[in-house]
Parts: sequence; structure tokens; C-alpha cells
Amino acid sequence: MTALFRISGAGRLSQAKTASFRFDGKSYAGIEGDTLASALLANGVHLVGRSFKYHRPRGVLSAGAEEPNALVQIVRDDARKTPNVRATVQELYDGLTAHSQNRWPSLAFDVGAVNDVASPLFSAGFYYKTFMWPKWAWKDLYEPNIRAAAGLGVSPEKPDPDHYAARYAHCEVLVLGGGAAGIAAALAAAETGVRVILADEQAEFGGSLRFESGARIDGQDGYAWAQGAIAKLKAMDNVRVLSRTTAFGYYAQNFVGLVERVSDHLKSPGRELARERLWQVRAGRVVIATGAIERHMVFANNDRPGVMLASAARTYLNHYGVAVGRNVGVYTANDSAYAAAIDLKKAGVNIAAIVDLRDNPTCPVIDEARALGIEINFGRAVVSAGGKLRVSSMTVQPKNGGGERTIPVDAILMSAGWTPSVHLFSQSRGKVAFNDETKRFVPGTYAQDCVSVGASNGTDGLDATVDEAYAAGAKAAKDAGGKAGKGAKPKVDAGESWSRGMLGAAPGAGPGTTVKAFVDFQNDVTAKDIRQAVHEGMHSIEHVKRFTTNGMATDQGKTSNMHGLAIAAEELGKPIPQVGLTTFRAPYTPVTFGSIVGHARGALFDPTRRTATHGWAASQGAVFEDVGHWKRAWYFPKAGEDMHAAVNRECVTVRKVGGLFDASTLGKIEVVGPDAAKFMELLYTNPWEKLETGRCRYGIMLREDGFIYDDGVVGRLAPDRFHVTTTTGGAPRVMNHMEDYLQTEFPHLNVWLTSITEQWAVIAVQGPKSRDIIAPLVEGIDMSDEAMPHMSVREGKICGVPTRLFRMSFTGERGFEVNVPADYGEAVWEALWAEGQKHGATAYGTETMHVLRAEKGYIIVGQDTDGTVTPNDAGLDWAVGKKKTDFVGIRGLTRSDLVAKGRKQLVGLKTKDPKVVLEEGAQIVADPKQPIPMKMIGHVTSSYWSENCGRSIALALVAGGRDRMGQTLYVPMPNGTIEVEVTGMVFVDEKGERLNG
Amino acid sequence: MLLIRCPYCEEERPELEFRNAGEAHIARPTNIAAESDDDFEKFFFIRANPKGVIYERWRHIHGCARFFNAVRDTVTDKFVMTYKAGEPKPAKLPGASK
Repeated sequence: MTALFRISGAGRLSQAKTASFRFDGKSYAGIEGDTLASALLANGVHLVGRSFKYHRPRGVLSAGAEEPNALVQIVRDDARKTPNVRATVQELYDGLTAHSQNRWPSLAFDVGAVNDVASPLFSAGFYYKTFMWPKWAWKDLYEPNIRAAAGLGVSPEKPDPDHYAARYAHCEVLVLGGGAAGIAAALAAAETGVRVILADEQAEFGGSLRFESGARIDGQDGYAWAQGAIAKLKAMDNVRVLSRTTAFGYYAQNFVGLVERVSDHLKSPGRELARERLWQVRAGRVVIATGAIERHMVFANNDRPGVMLASAARTYLNHYGVAVGRNVGVYTANDSAYAAAIDLKKAGVNIAAIVDLRDNPTCPVIDEARALGIEINFGRAVVSAGGKLRVSSMTVQPKNGGGERTIPVDAILMSAGWTPSVHLFSQSRGKVAFNDETKRFVPGTYAQDCVSVGASNGTDGLDATVDEAYAAGAKAAKDAGGKAGKGAKPKVDAGESWSRGMLGAAPGAGPGTTVKAFVDFQNDVTAKDIRQAVHEGMHSIEHVKRFTTNGMATDQGKTSNMHGLAIAAEELGKPIPQVGLTTFRAPYTPVTFGSIVGHARGALFDPTRRTATHGWAASQGAVFEDVGHWKRAWYFPKAGEDMHAAVNRECVTVRKVGGLFDASTLGKIEVVGPDAAKFMELLYTNPWEKLETGRCRYGIMLREDGFIYDDGVVGRLAPDRFHVTTTTGGAPRVMNHMEDYLQTEFPHLNVWLTSITEQWAVIAVQGPKSRDIIAPLVEGIDMSDEAMPHMSVREGKICGVPTRLFRMSFTGERGFEVNVPADYGEAVWEALWAEGQKHGATAYGTETMHVLRAEKGYIIVGQDTDGTVTPNDAGLDWAVGKKKTDFVGIRGLTRSDLVAKGRKQLVGLKTKDPKVVLEEGAQIVADPKQPIPMKMIGHVTSSYWSENCGRSIALALVAGGRDRMGQTLYVPMPNGTIEVEVTGMVFVDEKGERLNG
Repeated sequence: MLLIRCPYCEEERPELEFRNAGEAHIARPTNIAAESDDDFEKFFFIRANPKGVIYERWRHIHGCARFFNAVRDTVTDKFVMTYKAGEPKPAKLPGASK
């Protein structure tokens, strides 16, 4: 069955290859190669959507990416419901299902259309004026309703099941746009042997040759020549040809982002095909051949379905074989619309009349139209389109006023001229220049190695375009190191040439009128709105744009920007270049999140680091927490235990017997070299020169400003070798900090730094039985208190593998940290675990580690400090070498603010009610009865239930904290104020006797 | 994404391999403990933030890991040149008029 408006013998699609599709529940027949728009038009369907603000009926305006009206929802299944797809871009496949948007209950009868009648309420800037008061109404009334009414289409509710590919590519010459200009440039560049990439957003190459029936190149029809040239380019090894590929962003140093639509046009893409592919291309030279976009005429009701761009109607006829009407009117201010009328007339469509705003223009196409018997009216304007769901007439008037005449039509083709597509040039930071004669912005000053050719460069005529593009392609290739080409320039036998047109509102929609003459269709901006914006004080085009939202829809004003600018300029009484063009920003057309995200989602979103004992911990039922990229065992619940029960048991068992803890995630850096001690002296506050080999010291690292940056235990393995540990989260930045000083400030020091975090697995064995657990497995190390006191390090073997055995404690108990090569981490852990079980030891996780260290008042950098805490604030003054003359931070520490009285200091807090556990981050006040806002004197940094103490414990930063010992302070919370007593930071074993217990 | 020439690797590599490290040619005073408040403020807190040519430090962190210096135009993001850490601030820039 052939659709009603499909013209046999017209177009390039094979009528035999049918494809059925559904639009708003109704079945239609299309053919392969159609877009959804061409297939709908073939069936006589012009009404395809409702506009954003006024809910006005809308049809198809264009035949390309600039489409502002025909936005539909494409539904494949529950998870694939893509909103705001341009019907002019969506290729048809058999079984395609589409829905119109922004209408309820139906497209033909839409309740929201009341907005059209009430439109005086919704003029430019109405959001800013209407929803100002009363204040309470914003949250409860305005915002929910605006949100419900805003937006087009419906988001899918399920995760996107498709996958998206990504590639990097390099080439000497990247050609953007595959019309006559782009193909000519690519041919010239390709012949020199350099790597060329040619990309075009359409499914088929050819650009305007798709509709220009008058073009002939190298003795062939223009479109046929284009297909032949593409076949030739595809066969060359040095050329990559990408169709359905949009260059959406032009970034620094000729870095261009392309999105290739891989499978949206296929009926059943299958799992193996990506939906889209992101290409990130680095090009030596870029040739921009992005063509020009036709503008509409700005007159009353120019948005009625059936009113469309002349070039679009011509594309539907000459490429898709579709007539957009049977009785068509034409409204133009330039020559190119005549060619559309001629082609339609020759295909058997009645042309009711051509209305030309110009007085007596001359051009061969005008003569040809006249010879075909088409009525032509010069110096007249279409002042209104009739009809509602479909245009039914056009009202014509002499342009300076006079008698009206209404002509019945079922479509109006319009052309106000062509706007060069300078989007990508502008994104490259090139500056556009206004050509006053042709009234258009064209590329002016270049910022990058690129060149614009053809219509996007303001070059008129096919002959001139091909000449310019071929020369530019050859030069770009030569500049990039190509050999001399041996091909021949394509010869243009015949071509079409477009003259200028008009900018701004047409007669009948000018100053003083209030008709709905649309400038921006997608955002429902009329000529009147732009004039109103100027009257209300918006004198910069950037302000006019934001106040009216002109050009701010997803089409980014491809058809509307120049009209809007001209109307604003006229109203301001300034020349166009003085008003200026708004900035073009990426993306050129909307880009899916999927294509940008690519494979980086789910498990591949971010790396996951697992320690050597991860598998063991998982098999024991450990619950894990994320610490940076690491997965760390949080606690090890036994059957029936919740987190609190598990942590309480772990805490008690460690102090009573012992426990095993995986500390592998701590950062580890080996500082080696003859000047290693000197380097340590400079990077840490502590003295290091005199630290004996085999001993350890707790070190503090500052930034130059005097604030604590990191901390950790450092062991001296040899006079020239330190084993430095850092916090888990701080490992990379500490390494960077050390490298920075070593390379740039202290390059005279002979030191080598190596990150060994991943090389050593670390098993902390803590508790009174820790030595008994480890000793049976160790060879070559005397572990007695005399031979190996607290804070010492020995090298030897454990379970037959090398170990760096530290005696150190982050629990306050006798403790060891067993470092073994990571590959042996799990095996050594299991051996230690077997020994530990003989004594009744437990495995414990990070939560218990936190509680145990807090019971001893050991700080965690980043939790108890926040980048504004000095060693003195943290009670760690003892760790700053008083006799040292230099270390990073030494000068910062003497800044007046850092030595001032009343600084926040770390103290302990005990709640008066021992059962109450404070919230970390809770604010502290001295007087809970003071009026709000209260003066806050500090906050809780760490807070836990301590089963060992039988009460809650907390650490806090409090102003003048150490002078407040014994004072009662208050923590105001939503459910009441909590009384706390300021105490020391050590809650268990204040004398430190258990370290040797 | 910028392409940056590492003066140690002697080739252009993508920006992803590098990390900016702030303004260049700010030397840590040799006797920093004796610096006056004003001098310490200038050394630690005050930065140029020019519109135009900036001398800045970069680190080829996912490459050779070396710190080096670069001259970049903050308007165009174009790198004028890069050079090794410790080398003096170039007296004359390539392409400059004098």
C-alpha cells in the first residue's frame, strides 16, 4: 500500500521496502530510508506535537537536526523510552513506535492549550514576575506545579540497558560535514595520503545535494556524484568515513567530540551493537564544512502544522518522494524557495501562489517559475496563516498595507534566507565577523588550526564552494605533511546559488503588533516577546536571550537566533554587530548521557581496591565499607549479631585476648638514600637523625601553613632506609607532597621515594596475647620486650616468607603489625588466624579499630582534624622537634593566628548520661539558654559507644578546650540539649601500661 | 583535552596524564623560619592569576612523574613552551616580538 502523499517516481527510496510504524497508537506504512518525519508526512500527518509553553499544535518545520517542533518519544520497551527525539532525524525501522509529547488527553484535543488563550499571562519573563509572592506559596504551590508542567516527554523509569562504546582517534585532517564542500575537501586531503576522517550527521552523505535537483558534478547528478565520491573515500586505507555522526563539541588544540549513532535506526540492534559511539578525535587540521540552515519567516501563526522551511519540503520531495501538500503556498524573501516551488510543481503539486516580500527581484528561477504558470506576487507579505491543527489558508497583503486576500492552502513553504552554521567554528574560540552586505555572521579570526569552507563560510554557489573546499582540503593535508595529491578537482557542471534574504519580523508582525509570530518555536518566543524584553530594560543580547529564553531550547536557536538578534537590534536602534551574537556552546545537538559515560558505569564507574585478605573476610561474613577506593572489612558479625553487638564483642575480645585486623590499606612509602634522614627531617615535624636503626617513631607531616596534613608511624630499617606509613586516604597526596619537595625544593638531597602500599600486606595483631599468637610462626626475630620493645621494627621471616615486623599499637594494647609481601598476605593471615583461635582471639574490622583508638585518644587525621588543626591544637606538641631549624610548616606554625589564645583544641567529652552517644559533627555551646543563633564553640569529631568503658566516649574540638577540663558544656540537638563534661582524651589505661601488658 | 609536552619524556602527551601544580618560580626561602609575616604571606598566599601568559608547574603524574614548568596563555589555553624544573624563567618566549 502506498501512502497518500508518496509520489511515485519521486525520491530515492525503494518503494518496495516497506516498514510499518505506530504513532500515537495508530499504524502507518513507511518505507526503508524514511525518517519518522518523512513517513508521517507521506501519510498526510503534519500535526506531531504540542508546543512547550502555549501547547500550540505543531508540525514538522525542517528536514534535519535544526528541528524545533517535531519532538517525539520513541519507545522500544520499558527501559528504552527516549524523549525529545527529533522526528526529522530518527530513521524509520519496521515496528517503530512513537508518541507525541506535551499533550493531554490527546494530541488533537489538549487541555493545556488553555495556555494559548491565556497567553498574555505568560509573556516574556513571566516566571520572574509572577511567582514572587506570597513567600510561602513558592514551596507548596508554585514549585510543585511548575515542575509538573515543565519539561517535555517522559523519562524511562528503568536503568538504560544499552551499552555505549568509545574510541580515541587521530588524524591529520578532520572534515566536519559531508555535503559537497566536505566531500571535496576530504577527496583533496585523502589523495595526499594523510589520515583523514570525514563525519556527517545524516545517514546518507550529500548535504544539500539531497534536495538540490539542479546540481551536476563531474557529469552526474550531484547526489549521485556524492555517493560515488564517498564509495571512493571508503575504499582508501587512510580515510575513515563516519555517517550518522555528529560533531558536537570543538575543544582546545583541535580536539573534537563526535557521537556516532550506531543502532538507533535498526529494528533489532542485538546485544552486541552499541547504541552510540563517542569518538574523541585529535586532528592536525580541521575543515569545517557544516553548511547553512534556512530561516523561517516571522509572521502571525507561522507555527501552524503545514508551515515549513522551503528546503525541507524540497528534501521531502526530492529525497523521500513525499509531497508535503496538494495545494501549497510559498512565502519568501530570497530565491531558494522558488526552486522548491518549481520541483513541487513539476511533481504535480499545485502551487497556489508565491508571495515574495522583495520588489521586483530578478533571477533565472523566478523566470522558470513564471514559465511554469505559477502565480508570483512581489512586494507582498503573508500576514497570517489560517487553520489550527493544520494550515488552511494564507492571508496576503501588500507589504506596506492595503487590501487583504486569503488564499486557501494546505502547506506554506517559507524561506527568509540562510544562516551559516558557525557553531563549531565559534566553539573553537574563533571570532565571527558580521558581513553587512549579506547580513550574516561568518568566520572571522581563527583561534585554532581549522578552516571553514562552503556555506558555513558564507560562500555562495556550488562552483565556488567546491573550489574553496578542495583547495582547503589540499592545503590542510599539505600543512600536515601530506604529499602532493594527484587527483583532479571535481568539476561543477551546474549548481544553484542562494542570494540573501531578510532578518527579523516580517510585515504584520513588526513593532506595535501583538500577533503570535514565532521566532523560537521550541521555547514559544514571539517577536513581541523580544521587543518587550528590550522595553523592560534588557539591552544586551545575553539578557534578552535569558529573559525571553530565545535560543535556549534543545535546538539552541539554530533557526531563531538571527531573527531574535535582528528584532532586538531594531528595537534598540543599533546595528546588529553592536548588539552582538550570543555564545555558541557545546553540544551542537543534544548528546545522551550514555555516550559520555560510555563503559564507565556500574562496576566500571570507579576502580575497586581489595586487600589480600578480602576473600577470607568475605567468607567469614564480614560487612565491608568503602574507604576511598578500598573495600575494608567493617565488622565481622556472628550469627544473630547486629553491628553493635559485633563491635562490642570485637572491642572487648581485643583488650582481653587479642585480635587480627587487616591494615594493608595504610599508605606505605619507602624513603631511601644517603640523605634519607635529612629528607625526613624536612618533611616531618619530628627529629629523625638520631632515631636508631630498628626503632619507630610517630611522625606528623604539616603543610607549609602549619596545619596537620598527615601522620603515621615510621620505622628506620637502616641508616639510609625508612619505612613510612601514611593514612589510607592520604597515601597518594603524601607521596605527591614528598615528590614535590624532593624534585623542586630539595633536589640536592640524594633520596629515592617508592610507593610500597601495594607491595606489603599488613596484618595488625593486637592484644595481651598478640606475641603468643605471632611468635610460633616467626623465625630470626627475638620478640622479647628487651630485644624488641614497643615502637621497634625487625626484619626476619614469618611462615617462611620475609616480614617487616613492627611492634606498634593503634589500640593501646601490646601490639604488632606484620608486613609480608602481598602475595603471601592471605596465607600468613590464615596461619595467624589459626594461632589466634587457640587463644580465643577475634578478627576485627574498621569500626572496632576506630573505637579502640578513640578509647586511647589516638587521632585520625581527616576526622579529628580538618585542615585547620595544628599539632598543638591536637595535643601533639611533643611531636614537634623544638631544636629543629627547618621543616615544612615551621614558619606557618608561628603565624599570629596559630599561636593565639582560644584556638580550638582536641579534648575528650563524657556525656552526663553515660548511655547517650553523641552525634559526630554535633555543635557544642557553653550556654544553652542564650538566644538563637547561639555561639558555637566547637564540634564533636569522634563519638562511640565503648563497651570496654561501659559508657559513651567522644573527642571534640573545643575553643580553649584544655582550659575547660571538668567544665560542663552543652550539645543542642533537635530532641533536646545534651550535657557533657570536658575530659582528657584518654579513656582507657591512662598510664599506657597495657602496651607491655 | 590539552596536549602537553613533557620536557623529560620529550613528547606531547594528553592532559589526563598530568596534574597542574600551581604557579611556578616561587622558591621556598632558604631560611624560612626567619621570614617576616609579609614575606611569608607573599611566598605562601599570594598568586598572580594573570589573564594571558602564566608560568606554572605541572607534574607528569601518570607518566615519568616529574614536575616541570610550563608557559601557558590562560586565554587560549595554548602552551607557549615547557621546560624542566630548576631551569630559569625564560627571558624570551618563542614567537614573542622581542
